[in-house]
Amino acid sequence: MLSRAASSLYWLGRYVERADFVARLVEATVRLDALSARPAGEAAWDSALAVTYASDAFKATGMPINQANVARFLTIDRDQKASIVRCLESARNNARAVRTALTREAWTAINRAWLVFHNRAGPGGTMATLGLVEAIKAETRGFEGAVFRMMRNEATWFIRLGAAVERADNTARLVDVKYHLLLPEGEPVGGVVDRDQWTTILQTVSAVTAYRWLYSEGLKPGLVIDLLLARPELPRSLAACVEETVEMLGLLGKRTGLQGEADRMARARSARLQRTRSHEVIVSGLHQYLQAFIRENALLDAAIKRQFRFL
Amino acid sequence: MGTLGAFDELWGHGEPGNPRDALAALATWVADTPADELHRRRQSAETAFRQLGITFAVYGDAEAAERIIPFDIVPRIFLADEWARLSQGLIQRVEAINAFLDDIYGDRRIVEEGVLPPDLIFGNPQFRPEVAGIKPSHDIWAHICGIDLVRTGPDDFFVLEDNARTPSGVSYMLENREAMIRLCPELFRAFRVAAVDSYPDRLLETMRSVVPHRCGSDPVCVVLTPGHFNSAYYEHSFLADSMGVELVEPADLVVDDDVVWMQTIAGRVKVDVIYRRIDDDFLDPLVFRPDSLLGVPGLIAAYRAGNVTVMNAPGNGIADDKAIYSYMPEIVRFYSGGEAKLPNVETWRCREPQALKYVLEHLDEVVVKLVDGSGGYGMLVGPTASKAEIETFRAALIAHPERYIAQPTLALSTVPTMVEAGLAPRHVDFRPFLLTGSNGVQVVPGGLTRVALREGSLVVNSSQGGGTKDSFVLLPDDAARQVQMLGAMVQQQELPS
Repeated sequence: MLSRAASSLYWLGRYVERADFVARLVEATVRLDALSARPAGEAAWDSALAVTYASDAFKATGMPINQANVARFLTIDRDQKASIVRCLESARNNARAVRTALTREAWTAINRAWLVFHNRAGPGGTMATLGLVEAIKAETRGFEGAVFRMMRNEATWFIRLGAAVERADNTARLVDVKYHLLLPEGEPVGGVVDRDQWTTILQTVSAVTAYRWLYSEGLKPGLVIDLLLARPELPRSLAACVEETVEMLGLLGKRTGLQGEADRMARARSARLQRTRSHEVIVSGLHQYLQAFIRENALLDAAIKRQFRFL
Repeated sequence: MGTLGAFDELWGHGEPGNPRDALAALATWVADTPADELHRRRQSAETAFRQLGITFAVYGDAEAAERIIPFDIVPRIFLADEWARLSQGLIQRVEAINAFLDDIYGDRRIVEEGVLPPDLIFGNPQFRPEVAGIKPSHDIWAHICGIDLVRTGPDDFFVLEDNARTPSGVSYMLENREAMIRLCPELFRAFRVAAVDSYPDRLLETMRSVVPHRCGSDPVCVVLTPGHFNSAYYEHSFLADSMGVELVEPADLVVDDDVVWMQTIAGRVKVDVIYRRIDDDFLDPLVFRPDSLLGVPGLIAAYRAGNVTVMNAPGNGIADDKAIYSYMPEIVRFYSGGEAKLPNVETWRCREPQALKYVLEHLDEVVVKLVDGSGGYGMLVGPTASKAEIETFRAALIAHPERYIAQPTLALSTVPTMVEAGLAPRHVDFRPFLLTGSNGVQVVPGGLTRVALREGSLVVNSSQGGGTKDSFVLLPDDAARQVQMLGAMVQQQELPS
């Protein structure tokens, strides 16, 4: 496979995953905003910006933080790197560059997702925003489904590798930001607002029901963190993403004979995560832990580029 | 429906409702299918094209950076005997083009024997002295040709243009057929239509047949594209995909010691045959344009060394140059020893004083074209041009007569086409595709029919808002009978339940 193609496939995986994540984040924030009678609504949108590393860019627009502005910013604003439409545009450009490596179905799915957003003037009100988000989730699911029906070869694995690396990053950022920024001052831990916020986190990663299945206790921050860090059953947990990274690198190595630094890093991280006890992480500093994880993820990304000679 | 006064592919020169022989079924279909049904099917095809991204980019048009080419549902049909005659003429022409290229970059007999004026070749910007003396493998230069034809009567086909560089449109030929099979299956029961979908296989076969002599038995073939912002990128990816070969960009290739390699995740892989969809100018900055950031440095050296086949061969532009075009009858005669079976459209070479005089006196009647223009740009259509446009061209012609040719405005044939008001005749042209490999020249039984969507317009270029139609080539009766027999032999088997 061409090095350039491998790189495009990997980034296609990353950008589709990112678009899906931002869509979920907007959806969950709309919910949190609706539930909050207090200024927590504004804080919710503030933290959504923080999760997507877009706080400064938003501040630069000079607009006040509210649902209409932030939702527009994160969905259809073509000038913003973090917006869904820009993620989809990047995904589509990468997909176009490697059309020959994709099936017709996979390409059509990504092209359709882009068409949903392309030239969209405004997200409209809450209903329209939710409709848009729902449409994008459906299209990215369609893309994932198409990827699973592609030949089991390097093309598929590079897309899934990109998705897994991106997903690990997204979950880590989500937990980090929500855990530290969300709770307004004076609001008791375990209170209504706190509870809503943890539900929001679970919603963002589609894990509300999963939580009920895995934990007999009611909603507890410690257990939500345990779920998102250490439970391999949950597809968006750090443990699951890390495991998938190892698996994809293994498949690629077997087919191409290319194994090296990226595999070693991924395996070492996986082994460490298996030993991780989430309550210990919370005690010793969740923020530091997640920051280290995000840094490590970036290092792994760089190692993947070197290992597969991305152009 | 014959209001434009031209020959109609369905109705001939006769009244609408009275179709040409053998096309009665199409006339019935056109009459019996309600207009809104035809509209619906056409829209459905266009929606599918958009979702599949069958688009082309319009340069300098940021608003509509990607457009689909309008698709028309009423097919244009070639009868089997028409096609047989056409094919002979096309094959003769492509063989002559190939012999011509081999000659002028080699012995130059045609110039030495005084058939062509030397300055027409050696002073031509499309002549590439850089490739003179190179012998491409199997002496084949023009591997893929698209010959643009127009028709003015039952037996009157004329060549409008030879495309021997990087002709495009073959993906539309294939996608239009897919759409028609899905949307109008009844037409394929009424007619025995030659299949076009073997094109990618034939192209790959052609590529494999022209591998460099010193290369192994399993050559690595690739399609070379400028990248996904190119207007024909869809076609490039489509072809690579349907042949199962890599689609490479210049940056994917490196030349080392006169060998071309592509850079893969597992290191370098040697490349043997390149179907390039990049113009000469941007192929190799060491040889052609040094300012080009595109291109593969050293590619021409590797080609010259016989380590890689480049198709179409660099330097081909001279063969489809519009100034050379007017000499094609002489060129065909010189190399084949016979008269051209497919005539040219009458052409005035403005470089010749007599011709220039005539053209200047008849600017409101003729079509004037830039010798090196394409895509409908740099063109004057006399009968529909404004006074100011005509005067601009007059000045340009007087200043640089050698840059122009002129042709009469022909009454291009029409085909019934869906427009807002219903079915109406619209002018068409036709681009069939020919492949030349070490085993000879073959014509794909089909091609791209382009249609001028505006009433009375003769400009069919997609960059000028033209549309496309499927082109049916009917099988001869014998072949049709065989197809029927084959159908009868296939046993129906019930599904397990």
